Amino acid sequence: MRPFAYERATSAEDALRRHQDGAVYLGGGTNLVDLMRLGVEEPARLVDVAHLPYDQIELRPDGSLVIGAAVTNSAVAADRTVREGHPVLAQAVLAGASGQVRNLATVGGNLLQRTRCSYFQDAAKPCNKRTPGSGCPAREGEHHNLAILGWSDACVATHPSDMAVALAALDASIRIRGRGGERTIPIEDLYRLPGDEPQRDTTLEPGDLVTAVEVPALGVPSRYRKVRERASFAFALVSIAAALDVGDGRVRDVRLALGGVAHKPWRARRAEEALRGAEATEESFLRAAEAELEAAEPLRDNAYKVPLARNLIVRTLTELGEES
Amino acid sequence: MTDRLEGREKVTGTARYAFEYPVRNAAYAAAVQASVGKGQVRSVDAEAALRLPGVLAVLSCENAPELSDTSDGELALFQSRTVSFRGQFVAAVVAETLETAREAARLLRVEYAGEAPDVRLRADHPGLYKPDKVNPVFPADTEQGEPEKAFADSAVRVDAVYTTPAEHNNPMEPHATIAQWNEDGTLTLYDSNQGASTVQATIAKVFGLDPSRVHVVSPHVGGGFGSKGMPRPNVVLAAMAARAVGRPVKFAVPRQQMFATTGYRTPTIQRLRLGADEDGRLNAILHEVTEQTSTVKEFAEQTATPTRILYQAPHRLTSHRVVALDVPTPSWMRAPGETPGMYALETAMDELAVAAGIDPVELRVRNDTDREPESGLPFSSRNLVACLREGSERFGWAGRAPEPGARREGRKFVGMGVAASTYPAYQRPNQATARAEPDGTFTVRIAAADIGTGARTALALIAAETLKEDLADVRMEIGDSAFPRASVAGGSAGTAGWGTAVVRACEALRGKLNGAVPPGGIEASADTGEELRARAEYARHAFGAQFAEVEVDADTGEVRVRRMLGVFAAGRIINPTTARSQFIGGMTMGVGMALMEQSVMDREFGDYLTRDLAQYHVPVCADIRDIDAAWVEESDPHLNPMGAKGIGEIGIVGAAAAVGNAVHHATGIRVRDLPITPARLLQAL
Repeated sequence: MRPFAYERATSAEDALRRHQDGAVYLGGGTNLVDLMRLGVEEPARLVDVAHLPYDQIELRPDGSLVIGAAVTNSAVAADRTVREGHPVLAQAVLAGASGQVRNLATVGGNLLQRTRCSYFQDAAKPCNKRTPGSGCPAREGEHHNLAILGWSDACVATHPSDMAVALAALDASIRIRGRGGERTIPIEDLYRLPGDEPQRDTTLEPGDLVTAVEVPALGVPSRYRKVRERASFAFALVSIAAALDVGDGRVRDVRLALGGVAHKPWRARRAEEALRGAEATEESFLRAAEAELEAAEPLRDNAYKVPLARNLIVRTLTELGEES
Repeated sequence: MTDRLEGREKVTGTARYAFEYPVRNAAYAAAVQASVGKGQVRSVDAEAALRLPGVLAVLSCENAPELSDTSDGELALFQSRTVSFRGQFVAAVVAETLETAREAARLLRVEYAGEAPDVRLRADHPGLYKPDKVNPVFPADTEQGEPEKAFADSAVRVDAVYTTPAEHNNPMEPHATIAQWNEDGTLTLYDSNQGASTVQATIAKVFGLDPSRVHVVSPHVGGGFGSKGMPRPNVVLAAMAARAVGRPVKFAVPRQQMFATTGYRTPTIQRLRLGADEDGRLNAILHEVTEQTSTVKEFAEQTATPTRILYQAPHRLTSHRVVALDVPTPSWMRAPGETPGMYALETAMDELAVAAGIDPVELRVRNDTDREPESGLPFSSRNLVACLREGSERFGWAGRAPEPGARREGRKFVGMGVAASTYPAYQRPNQATARAEPDGTFTVRIAAADIGTGARTALALIAAETLKEDLADVRMEIGDSAFPRASVAGGSAGTAGWGTAVVRACEALRGKLNGAVPPGGIEASADTGEELRARAEYARHAFGAQFAEVEVDADTGEVRVRRMLGVFAAGRIINPTTARSQFIGGMTMGVGMALMEQSVMDREFGDYLTRDLAQYHVPVCADIRDIDAAWVEESDPHLNPMGAKGIGEIGIVGAAAAVGNAVHHATGIRVRDLPITPARLLQAL
């Protein structure tokens, strides 16, 4: 591992000041430190931001939440207001990693974790995300668990976070402290598709510090379902975050996001549009799923993700429909 | 029911593992792996690495000392410029700290003349050949009667091809060694292995030393599953590095590097043909295996050998074909050969049961035999039918609807499967000593290895019983090459082989005891070589039956094992507590094989892409919901003085087939390529 300096920030301003050339913010370290050991990340300096005062979950009178970026995943999943008001979020967090990892991982770090594509993780191989211009061996190589939507020839990696998928469905916003002051952006604007710059996972600028996530109130049933080969401690083959509001047999509102299918949490806007005002039946859920997945372009070995995503959408909405 | 004797040390962290010995003035090694799949090392530029403060030495093909014996290509470290597979160790750095060593390894510039590696196993590979023998000394091929003709003439036939992927052992404790050259020229190795005597003999040969000048210390080992059965390159690397810097050197293989350098289970392609009459009685069995080895060393796995002993049939054929690819060298992994072989055989038996319309338990009972089919030898004991019957009873097999897909609970298909298990009851020559101490206690020594199996405890129980003394008065000392020579912890032969030596040493000691023990104690020793050579000829094997109930999600293809039961006939069970752990540990590994374990080979680069436990999936607690093991009491007078058969491997053999057969029963889908993943099931659901 390349030698590095370690510093602990005392405030957001201090963190920004310390974030100079070659510096990287450190949250729980559950992904970054692994990548450093692998030689994938080689920061000259770590600025530890896990101890900044962003460790509270605030429930506002309108039912919305402000979750500090330094709150641990375990704390999010255990928080009563989260469990009661936003069950999809608590379920998503609990579906990720293991108890030990969740105890260390932070909200900010979770959102900014990097792909687990095995070419990205092996510094001895080409990877456009790690070394721009070096190529993407996954495109023709092992991509069984990689993207079916929104990929480019430069990169077919998927985003690994479960929490981010739930937050995408919840219309969450990200609070950022940057060199130009504080700003808040929708989570959809945080992540980007690979295009010809797959090295950039997000739209963050150098020094930008995620300080909190704002989650609007949710008054309808919601759930997170994650499919994987083993029952715990595995990244999603495909996952889904869904919230559904049904009245008089019709869909009043619906929120859908998919994980494990794209370079970012995939908000299923087409399916949502197809569903709003439609009858809340299995047939319309299926039509909506198919409308969304028309855009899917599976690779040689991951076509299974298309029926998997379709089935998940239909089944999850059917179950939510029965609840509401 | 005896708790593990070293349990307290283990859970409190005082049990010492190889890397943890407090040697003075230790330096640390880090290895560099080849980044081409085949070719030559053109040059090694160590300048930047050597400039790093704290770097003590760089070793590679450009400067490494010549080894005395290079007959084992896996251990001929840095002896040539040839790169035989991606990930092979091509250089090493020794430094004051581990961090410095790793950073220096990163700075080393190795230039290659690379070629495209040939890494894809296929049944029509032009390089396939018939090995002289398969592991350890079985003939590659066997044939009796007219198998092809008999198969063609059979009323009910199954002809199917099964594939199993490469799998990696991944013990919790990585392969690790501390090597220390002493002033008198002797070598001390604190090492994680499955046999101190084996490491001693092998490393002595590699370095041209008399074995008495190599001392291997390994009282606690954090697992091996076979990968530590023979010394791997890490031991040579540590010893070479320690000699180069004149200091003790510590080297633990990082998890990512284990996937290329510490062995794995070969992938297999197996064609099974079963021909039977309408009542399901087998007429022909043909089992043809294709598998791989590396170009460094031949390891030909004995995949079809269980087919030679399990069921009667007058016409039979088994064969093994191997191809040497540009891949890491495969090696032993828990029941090497038998595990993938029994997956294929016992899945084919399930297919035969379906084709013949016969209950799968009944089909197996009908094909039982009291003589080993190919050798004609009588079995020392064979209680397969008892295991099948007992298991059926306990598992509630009678309530199973015969047709697949019949049971559905909401969005889940539910099904039950069965498979037989068998594994040889090996025993190898061993030596042991037993001492009576003046204070009334006893010390028993043997260079056996406890890799987490409970061997130490079982041997202590055997000693106490033979001595007719309290367990608390017996000190069992193992894991040290200074103790009497012992066979490797492998082939389920530990308790049977070591235990026999312990019994004989303790018997000899009892014969010497009359009156008070003198201050120096009284010692007796035993060597079981002669006793083994004099044994009567019998076919000695353990048997078992595995039952699994699975649910398959109709929407996602996720498979979860709801219940699993193994019933085994393995002679006398010495210690039920640790035996149960062994059985269910093996079964758990079989669940992993059935549903998730696979090492994915990259065809462009030629290495295994799954290089950590986040990518290489083994079952977690949440996957093992209700798993149990039981055994039938077995009295077998032809084994050893304990009447015990080994149990380390019988638990995994057949387990994957039981799960796969349950998936078929649940869904009607036959997945013939392991693992049975959502991706594979969704295509057919």
